[in-house]
Amino acid sequence: MSVSLQTESGVQRSTVQAVLSAAPVRIVVLLLCFLWSLPTIGLLISSIRPATDINSTGWWTLFGGGQPFNFTLQNYEAVLSAEGMANAFLNSLLVTIPSVVIPITVAAFAAYAFAWMEFPGRDFFFAGVVMLMGVPLHMALIPIMRIYTSIDLNGTFLGIWLAHTGFGLPLAIYLLYGYISTIPKEIMESAHIDGASPFTAFTQLVLPLSVPVIASFAIFQFLWVWNDLLVALVFLGTDNPDAFIVTSKLKELVGSKGQNWEVLTAGAFITMIVPLFIFFALQRYFVRGMMAGSVKG
Amino acid sequence: MSAEPKKSWGDVSLADILQRITLRLVVSLIVPVITFVAMWQSFIFMRDSEASKVVIAVVALVVGVGGVWILYLVTNNLVEQTPVSFRDALRPYVFVGPALVVLVIYLVYPAVNTIVLSFQDARSENFVGFSNYTYIFTEPDMLIVLRNNILWIITVVGFTVGLGLIIAVLVDRIGRWESAAKSLIFVPMAISAVGASVIWGFMYAAKPANKPQIGLLNAINVTLGNDPILYMNDKAINNFALIAIMIWLLTGYCMVVISAAVKGVPTELLEAGRIDGANEFRVFFNIIIPVIRSTLITVATTVFIMVLKVFDIVYVMTNGRRDTEVVANRMFNEFFKFGHYGRGSALAVLLLIVLLPIIYSNVRDLRERRKG
Repeated sequence: MSVSLQTESGVQRSTVQAVLSAAPVRIVVLLLCFLWSLPTIGLLISSIRPATDINSTGWWTLFGGGQPFNFTLQNYEAVLSAEGMANAFLNSLLVTIPSVVIPITVAAFAAYAFAWMEFPGRDFFFAGVVMLMGVPLHMALIPIMRIYTSIDLNGTFLGIWLAHTGFGLPLAIYLLYGYISTIPKEIMESAHIDGASPFTAFTQLVLPLSVPVIASFAIFQFLWVWNDLLVALVFLGTDNPDAFIVTSKLKELVGSKGQNWEVLTAGAFITMIVPLFIFFALQRYFVRGMMAGSVKG
Repeated sequence: MSAEPKKSWGDVSLADILQRITLRLVVSLIVPVITFVAMWQSFIFMRDSEASKVVIAVVALVVGVGGVWILYLVTNNLVEQTPVSFRDALRPYVFVGPALVVLVIYLVYPAVNTIVLSFQDARSENFVGFSNYTYIFTEPDMLIVLRNNILWIITVVGFTVGLGLIIAVLVDRIGRWESAAKSLIFVPMAISAVGASVIWGFMYAAKPANKPQIGLLNAINVTLGNDPILYMNDKAINNFALIAIMIWLLTGYCMVVISAAVKGVPTELLEAGRIDGANEFRVFFNIIIPVIRSTLITVATTVFIMVLKVFDIVYVMTNGRRDTEVVANRMFNEFFKFGHYGRGSALAVLLLIVLLPIIYSNVRDLRERRKG
């Protein structure tokens, strides 16, 4: 009796405490959110101001009331056409989409075999996959570049797709295996009894069931490839502006137009727009994808 | 070559069977050959064509996305034509083979090759023993590179995990605005390091003291009566200014992972602690932290891996000028600026060596899970 009373009063006290501490905590969190968003907000606001305004007054002065806000989209027009960002955007899509789909395909077949087929060396190969997950891609750059030079693949989309496939594959196999191996045995056996070949079982049963994990990996890999700079510089080159993707294009603009903030702010936002869209549209999958990718070395 | 068959099984003569098998074999061989030729041709087309970009783009997407599927379909059909015992032995390799081939070409062979290169000279012509490694650990220039990487690792891991933990505990108490607050802090995770560098380059921008500042941080500096700071030039702070960008990028990630763990701390445990008279700080340090310890270690390891390989931020902001060089950036410069493949490779191997304990523990976890 006395124990339960104590518990009640304990609960009450902590609720009171919670209410009392809620207000300052809210203010602190609000402040943190504000500070965290401030740099991005400054970039966005500046990207829609005329060049002369950006370079003469701070973007925050708009909120003091002293400065008129002259809205313009000219920075975007300029950076998309004159600076070639539209071309880079197309290149980014061209690089990214196959670099996501190919590893998923290759990994799904492999994960299925690792999970549901018996073959000599299975455990050994899978341990190898797990090991390779931790190997930094830096180890692969020069040897692959030399192979590419000898077969004329340097600077081609095919070359960079295959490179991203190779680098993303261990994680993809690992994640898909983790999921596909948990499909109940009865389901797989009943497919076999119904006369489905392993290939049919894979396309009709395993792939549809694996959609959640494929989505998580797809989002992780999409952002990884879209935001990558190093692999793009190595395999698409630093001196061919036609082949630049958004990140290498933006890096080039930083070098050539370092003080032209009207170009850089608009350019930076164009590189961010697809990832931000995915973030806000698919937030749940996005977070899952990021968590899933955290085992990558 | 063989004589005309005299025997027949029922209605089917051996000739019929032979014909059928030949037909099947021919079909199952021709289809793959056509597929390979078609893919090879489209590959040549993409490599050499002067056609409009959009045409190449469409071909690229169809081949890149569809082609791989067709390859599997075709090889699988090929295997299905073989006798049963053969088929069952071959089939796993149809599924797993392409992945293994890709892994060997893109990771295993290059890794071995890079280790060999790291013992060779600039142009990979002669073996030079450990001299690339002695260079890394003795040259004053390189020692700064190593010092910077260590500085990055300690500060980024410390701040992202620490801040992430604090924010995770705080947002747990604000009720219905929690997910909105988490989103705002997580957003930078979607932004590329290059994009983040431009965002912060604008924050750090400096104008001469007599002109209005357009960078927020220097505007604050000037308002407080100080001189504008050249963040990338001042050797006392430029590394920290770069590190701040990475902290901004990764804190949200840490916060979201840790927040999930904090929610998993049993309420009874927290209540028991409070009833025993513990204040919120003691609850935090003596209950929450011990319970979520393994999550903290995982998050710290993940951030460690990312920071170890930091490249983009430094490459875009300073390219290592004024003592801001880090290992991955120096590796890139050794390869593509100085043309010293030996030293560059040695730096890549250094990254691998640092990651070896993590690789080892991944494999050990796998073994234990297999047993368990």
